[in-house]
Amino acid sequence: MPVVWLILIVLAIAVVGYVLGRGRALAGAASEHVKLHSLPSYYGSNVAMKVAVPAFLIMVVWLLAQPIIVNNSVSGLIPETAIAEGSSRGLVLAEVRRAASGLDNAVAAGIMDEDFARNARADFNDITTRLRDAGQIVTSQITQPILRAAQEYRILNSTGRLLMTIAVLLAALAGAAWGILESKPNFRARNTVEQGVKALLIAAASIAILTTVGIVFSLVFNTIEFFRLYPALDFFFGLTWSPTFSGRGGNSELGIIPLLWGTFYISFVALIVAVPIGLFAAVYLSEYAGPKVRAVAKPLLEILAGIPTIVYGLFALLTVGPLLVSIFGPDGVGIMQAGTAVMTAGLVMGIMLIPFVSSLSDDIINAVPQAMRDGSYGLGATKSETVKQVILPAALPGIVGAILLAASRAIGETMIVVLGAGAAARLSLNPFDAMTTVTAKIVSQLTGDADFSSPVALVAFALGMTLFIVTLGLNVVALYIVRKYREQYD
Amino acid sequence: MKEMPKIDKADEMSETKIAASKVQVYYGTTHAIKDVDINIQPRSVTAFIGPSGCGKSTFLRTINRMNDTIDICRVEGEILIDGEDIYDPKVDPVQLRAKVGMVFQKPNPFPKSIYDNVAYGPRIHGLAKNKSELDEIVASSLQKAGLWEEAKDRLDEPGTGMSGGQQQRLCIARAIAVNPEVILMDEPCSALDPIATAKVEELIDELRENFTIVIVTHSMQQAARVSQRTAFFHLGILVEEGPTQDIFTNPQDKRTQDYITGRFG
Repeated sequence: MPVVWLILIVLAIAVVGYVLGRGRALAGAASEHVKLHSLPSYYGSNVAMKVAVPAFLIMVVWLLAQPIIVNNSVSGLIPETAIAEGSSRGLVLAEVRRAASGLDNAVAAGIMDEDFARNARADFNDITTRLRDAGQIVTSQITQPILRAAQEYRILNSTGRLLMTIAVLLAALAGAAWGILESKPNFRARNTVEQGVKALLIAAASIAILTTVGIVFSLVFNTIEFFRLYPALDFFFGLTWSPTFSGRGGNSELGIIPLLWGTFYISFVALIVAVPIGLFAAVYLSEYAGPKVRAVAKPLLEILAGIPTIVYGLFALLTVGPLLVSIFGPDGVGIMQAGTAVMTAGLVMGIMLIPFVSSLSDDIINAVPQAMRDGSYGLGATKSETVKQVILPAALPGIVGAILLAASRAIGETMIVVLGAGAAARLSLNPFDAMTTVTAKIVSQLTGDADFSSPVALVAFALGMTLFIVTLGLNVVALYIVRKYREQYD
Repeated sequence: MKEMPKIDKADEMSETKIAASKVQVYYGTTHAIKDVDINIQPRSVTAFIGPSGCGKSTFLRTINRMNDTIDICRVEGEILIDGEDIYDPKVDPVQLRAKVGMVFQKPNPFPKSIYDNVAYGPRIHGLAKNKSELDEIVASSLQKAGLWEEAKDRLDEPGTGMSGGQQQRLCIARAIAVNPEVILMDEPCSALDPIATAKVEELIDELRENFTIVIVTHSMQQAARVSQRTAFFHLGILVEEGPTQDIFTNPQDKRTQDYITGRFG
């Protein structure tokens, strides 16, 4: 039975349970002449909850666990001799799965019957031909052990599926029975549902956290693998970045310093652009602009935040780069060779960050109590004196937090760099030189031809991990500052 | 000096610091203050009393044009300070506020040191030529506000770290530091405990020697304790104004009588 049907059936049981539970509670109240403890719908919800939650929980766990268990037991069926030279158990298992799905499709199409597909004495040559004829993809000649394993795989899978269906349905029915029996007038259904809602919210929060942990782990294992192949000292302190994709990356020099330098240089230029403009825009919007101007200008400014970064990249490549070359290029000042440069990417990234800085700063400036402004105006201060001497100092910790958040955004930015700053990893002080960043190099390492076990590809994970730690650190500092600031006025 | 006969006293009234006539205040389409005429004497305390929402705070804020900072607020009529119309286009509201200081309902020291709080006004108005003059101004303002003994050893600590009553006296010191002629106080004790309130009231009484003080208060006892004259506002109208003692013992208007005897408000 397909999983979709199973889900629909469980949901149907839940709906029926809802109606029955609600009805039983109402009937009980009517016959015993007592008041219901909770609203009738709570009794229904209680039953529906007891049907759906355990059943779906069993289903999810089963669906995650079954492939692992089946793979393990099938893997035991494959003798060492069946694994060809240069191949691995994983590849043979993939072959087994392909054969099994070929058999599945053939049975579904009516070319074979179920008995034939399961027949242990079936001739593997015959089956291969039949599968080929049926248009199923069978890469190499199916050998006897693979066919046996594939047949076993199918049997285990369908038995597992059947057992799961039974378990899920039993759980749903048991839940329904339990819930309906509970639905007496004095049962505290409202409190039970409250517990359920709480559990749901906790589950949502933990999924978000667990995903973060999962991302970190996926990086950690590959990073460790990389450092096994490439010395960590050379990675962190190497001054040259020159990966060679030939010969499994044996002669590559993978020093992160030029990439970090490019990252911080471009981010620095971006912040130099974004912080003053964003901050002044925020001051104007929150202190000077009338309600009408504010209602128009604030959303307009925030549109900037909604533009995809690839569009900013195009802007850098097609407009800002050529413009800068015409001023600083060979025909002008003569310190800029091509349109792709730190300055190009930095300027455009700065424009991208303006709404970040302005929007967060605007909220923070608005959070400064009106009493501060009144106090300052009451002493005969002008608006700009009030902003400079009272509002900005009071909002400073929050503004610093906003700037740090913008900085971590700048450090993680990729597309603008790819299109605006070039791909040359270089240690240079000239902002009109092409440079590149950690993120841009992660893209080029993983989209190259290198195979995934070579350091040239694995370095991407070490780069990602370094970047993750840097931005995590910035975010922690930013949140700490913002939180400290919030305590002041509460 | 206070025991003059009533007739003579009325003649003395010709000496006025603030003269308001036909003042109207609108918030958008709401007519918040209607036809207020009042004369306020120099070097005395005038109390505005009345039920919540009667417009007494709004009227107070017209005297130093704090209402200018509210977009939808519009003021009509004439308010003269020393014979000069403060709503004349030639008058700079920023300069006016240096002359007419204000203390607010909730103590609102800036998140700066005690010293910087008091030095804020003198600094922006350039009242001190050098550091020692500024020190002088800060010290004398704190002394006048009765805060010097408590604050002299902790001038570098943040003003927000003081107790509520100390904060309010710090705000008064901050207002005094720019050497205003009038000090407006908008319910200055409503956020304070009785002991802090007593201290602030004592301070107000001392300040009367040098400043013209207008105070808005919810507490009739406070009005009776600190003010020489009292004005009763009701629904945006100035109902009655006169010597404090007369207002509380012999009100002319029925509404005043009802309010001070606690029948409404």
